[in-house]
Amino acid sequence: MEILILLLALFVLALFLGVELITKVPPTLHTPLMSGTNAVSGITLVGALLAAGTDSSPALVNWLGFTAVTLATINVVGGYLVTNRMLAMFKRK
Amino acid sequence: MNPNLINFIYLVAAILFILGIKGLTKPKTAVRGNMLSALGMLVAVVVTLININDVDFTYVIAGVIVGGIIGGVMALKVQMTSMPQMVALLNGFGGGASLTIALAEYATRVGMAPSSLANFFDPVVVSSNAFGDGLVGTIAILSIGLTVLIGAVTLTGSLVAFGKLQELIKKSRGLPGGPIGNGLMLAGALFSVYLLVNNPGDVAAMGAILSLALLLGLFLVMPIGGADMPVVIALLNSYSGIAAALAGFILGNTVLIVAGSLVGTSGLILTQIMCIAMNRSLANVLFGKMAAGGEEIDADEIYAGKVKSAQPDEVAMMLETAQRVVIVPGFGMAMAQAQHAVRELANALEKNGTEVEYGIHPVAGRMPGHMNVLLAEAEVPYDKLVEMDRINPTFEDTDVVIVIGANDVTNPMARDSEGSPIYGMPILNVDKAKNVVVIKRSLSPGFAGLPNPLFAMDHTIMVYGDGKKAVVEMTTALNQA
Repeated sequence: MEILILLLALFVLALFLGVELITKVPPTLHTPLMSGTNAVSGITLVGALLAAGTDSSPALVNWLGFTAVTLATINVVGGYLVTNRMLAMFKRK
Repeated sequence: MNPNLINFIYLVAAILFILGIKGLTKPKTAVRGNMLSALGMLVAVVVTLININDVDFTYVIAGVIVGGIIGGVMALKVQMTSMPQMVALLNGFGGGASLTIALAEYATRVGMAPSSLANFFDPVVVSSNAFGDGLVGTIAILSIGLTVLIGAVTLTGSLVAFGKLQELIKKSRGLPGGPIGNGLMLAGALFSVYLLVNNPGDVAAMGAILSLALLLGLFLVMPIGGADMPVVIALLNSYSGIAAALAGFILGNTVLIVAGSLVGTSGLILTQIMCIAMNRSLANVLFGKMAAGGEEIDADEIYAGKVKSAQPDEVAMMLETAQRVVIVPGFGMAMAQAQHAVRELANALEKNGTEVEYGIHPVAGRMPGHMNVLLAEAEVPYDKLVEMDRINPTFEDTDVVIVIGANDVTNPMARDSEGSPIYGMPILNVDKAKNVVVIKRSLSPGFAGLPNPLFAMDHTIMVYGDGKKAVVEMTTALNQA
């Protein structure tokens, strides 16, 4: 029970922090912001690893875990690489 | 590893994500910010990998390899004009990942081991504490139900958005009954979540949540047209974050919750910015059509005999003597792949001693910041890309405005004509400039379906034709002069 309250507190504080941070991002960088947050949402990879199932799990769980790991990895690798590509274009001057 | 140590390292990862987004507040620090964020991801994944011992690694390794190749190829091959499609797909994959995590966790805890399709939906007898005791168990199964719901809506919604942006889906048809049909499906899905929470072994209820949510995503995005896509993409971006945060509640994982909430708020704030820039409520974008309000406006009456057109070389003569030129790009510039040609024109003007800036409307293009990325690709310095509020007061001192591929965001009716459906939408006041050049294929209306009185004004000249070709011809003429 105490853990749930702590997680909820973390969630709410992170929402407030998010509002403070994101409103300061200039419109010029809104597209890299979106692809960059796509990459951050690839943090589900951690969840996918935890849920991927064991040797003794039914095949259904293993395949769901495989799908989750694949999709999350696409977001991590694709998101960070494409964001880096875009930001590099903004940097040169 | 000690669970406290693991959580401490997750905290470090979360801080790196926060610093990463903080870096994005300035173009100069943005690249480093992205690296910090990626480092946070690496830390979180490595710690997790070290601490899962009894996992079947064949599936994990196969998933990382397949996902890594697909993600890498997408990121390196995608054209900047296609960024909206790429982000739409990534939103969908994020939702899909959370969805499959929730389903895997559900199947594990319930002990689902269907041997055939026939017994797939048979209710399973679940011990009362399979998801935890008392309230903890209720929250866990509730989180699973909601993650499946939001994850599935994000998945199919994003795939439809991708199809529309890629022009694979051209029709904008919705469910018969429109918002009512969608509302009924949402109510049905929420009711199934309630059934699932009451009886976690009710596999049929889980099946109902999944299928209703997949359909809901489909029918929510199906009726929405191209120019409203910035709102839809931003909203789906937010959903993918919320789904990740909810998955964090299922697994009791702190870094998922923090990262998911950051992504969720980011998408919501962008959604809000886009809605304000169109002077429409979110509900109106999602469920309404552009209002057909006011009396029917006859395009011929506005345009008849008043529209002047010119050839690119005549425009070049005008540009030659201009002190200050503002370029206003729209989605048409992306369609014509004209960003490099526009940059060449600006170079020629600057060589001539003319001051050049770019006026960017927040909803120009198909996603937030789309025009900025295209122009950055063409090596336009970012301090020349001026947002609406800062460029508007300068139009009176501007000799020539070149509008390329933009329409509704320059329509003075939004400012002056109270009965107009777009009245109140903030626009770029290009009509205040001394001369306006509009490069456009024809006088056809924009997304709002309205004629644009700007085209018929005394100081406006139309240049008909392909945007890229027209700009190249202007540049050539200017260089020869």
